[in-house]
Amino acid sequence: MIDIAPTIATASSRSYSWFDLAKRHRVLLASIFVLIFPFVMPFTALAVNILIYGLYALGFNLLFGYLGLLSFGHAALFGTGAYLCGIAIVHFGLPWYAAIAIGVLSALAMATLIGSLAIRTRGIYFAMVTMALAQCVYYIFYQAVDWTGGENGLRGINVRAIDLFGFHFDFINPLVRYYVVASFVILAFFVLSRILASPFGAVIEAVRENEARARASGYNVVATRLITFILSGGFCGLAGSLAALHLSIVPIESLHYETSGMAVMMALLGGMGTFFGPFVGAAVFLLLENLVSLWTVHWQLFVGAVFVVCVLFFPEGIWGTILKRIKP
Amino acid sequence: MTATAASPIILRTTGVSKMFGKFVALNNISAEFERGVITSIIGPNGAGKSTYFNLLSGAFRPTTGKVEFEGHDVTNVAQHRFAHLGIAKSFQITNIFPHLTVHENVRVGLQAFVSRYDIWRPRSTVPGLAERADELLALVGLKDRRARRARDLAHGEQRALEIGMALAADPRLLLLDEPTAGMSPEETRVMMDLIVRLASERTVILVEHKMKLVMGISRRVLVLHHGELLAQGTPAEVRQNEQVKRVYLGQREH
Repeated sequence: MIDIAPTIATASSRSYSWFDLAKRHRVLLASIFVLIFPFVMPFTALAVNILIYGLYALGFNLLFGYLGLLSFGHAALFGTGAYLCGIAIVHFGLPWYAAIAIGVLSALAMATLIGSLAIRTRGIYFAMVTMALAQCVYYIFYQAVDWTGGENGLRGINVRAIDLFGFHFDFINPLVRYYVVASFVILAFFVLSRILASPFGAVIEAVRENEARARASGYNVVATRLITFILSGGFCGLAGSLAALHLSIVPIESLHYETSGMAVMMALLGGMGTFFGPFVGAAVFLLLENLVSLWTVHWQLFVGAVFVVCVLFFPEGIWGTILKRIKP
Repeated sequence: MTATAASPIILRTTGVSKMFGKFVALNNISAEFERGVITSIIGPNGAGKSTYFNLLSGAFRPTTGKVEFEGHDVTNVAQHRFAHLGIAKSFQITNIFPHLTVHENVRVGLQAFVSRYDIWRPRSTVPGLAERADELLALVGLKDRRARRARDLAHGEQRALEIGMALAADPRLLLLDEPTAGMSPEETRVMMDLIVRLASERTVILVEHKMKLVMGISRRVLVLHHGELLAQGTPAEVRQNEQVKRVYLGQREH
């Protein structure tokens, strides 16, 4: 007995540090995965899509998974980023990097606007208010035909090459395009990880865990929610901007509530409140969409079925369940 | 008459009332709370104790009347500001961060006074928090529980943790709403000892249902009944008060 106890203790502490080590280097691990990802995918364009929507779900998850607020209006943030990035290129002829910056900044501004209006409500009311406001954004972009192309979407976002620090990247080449997008996603991983590990990350956790206690402890819950909403909007705006560059068109559907719902589904599928879960959710969602639609047009039926099974039997999502299993 | 920081009166309510719809939960309560002592608010169930407590701690705003802390009107101050003013509280129903560890619970409580909106630095680099959290855990007797998840603690330990979190604000005024609710006699004894120890350095206002529990440790006692201030005074005066006797008559003194 005396001999066994220390052995167990050492073993468990060693395996704990293994898990802990992985957690500490989550950005590195996620980045490595992203770098080898296109070689396990059936085609590169799909891999780019997964990156972009994974980033979108990642931003959504900051609000939904980490703070515990369900927004049904994130399409407005994704779409604003996409449209403004596209408009910067199509109407103003700005270079790609300025267009991305404008996309992100405009999404931050949109998040500030929607956030300040919606943030005082909670639960289902918050979901409804964000959805209603996102629909307003949809109709504004829909009506501004001269700027957005209206129903036809914004066309002609032609970025053929990425020139940076004397290097020339051929943006037409799918793999090059993948790695350009991947470098932004890796940057987003890094920023998100910093936010989560920061003092403000602790405040986000505290508000999710117990709002009343957080308030009594001296935290401004409304301000915390608003800042998190804005930060979340920044990630989604970046995803939207990359989508505009990737597709060279911004379809009006980017702003549709289906796009909002997609973020919810991806985050839930992958595992809300986990670092890598939204990415897994986006991959599963888009893989199903692409593979199942090869033999039936009713692919949504299958995605729906997988979603229901997931929510019923793996409420922590795919990645969340895996983490729980391997956690020592 | 305005009280300053050095004034012997730390908290004052002037004619506070609280209505919920047409129901009068509290009616025109004026009272002063002395600095540096334990004051208890007692009364039978439904007397309005918790409503009064919530007015003192900023959780509710009074329908009419004024609350002053150290001479400043705090009636309309947002609740999260109270901790920064120097007023901390524990809730009647245990209120902790259930999925965080015991140590993290207190650390988050401390962080509110150092860093609230920093999104970039690693939180481990905020100096002094971890050590101070350990000190507070030692003070409330939870040192050996620091790595446990808060929800896995025993009830009495959770209550102690909540007081540890309230102390993170280093409050001049500590408000405790039935800190021994649901506790075993042994846990109750430990908690009362802790409260007396804490009161040596700060003002404590205690809401309690069990009259006998607080009589020994309180300098002053307020008795509420049906939303009215029935009596106030030293424990001896209150115990002799005919109206108080009548209210507590019939129900066994706990």
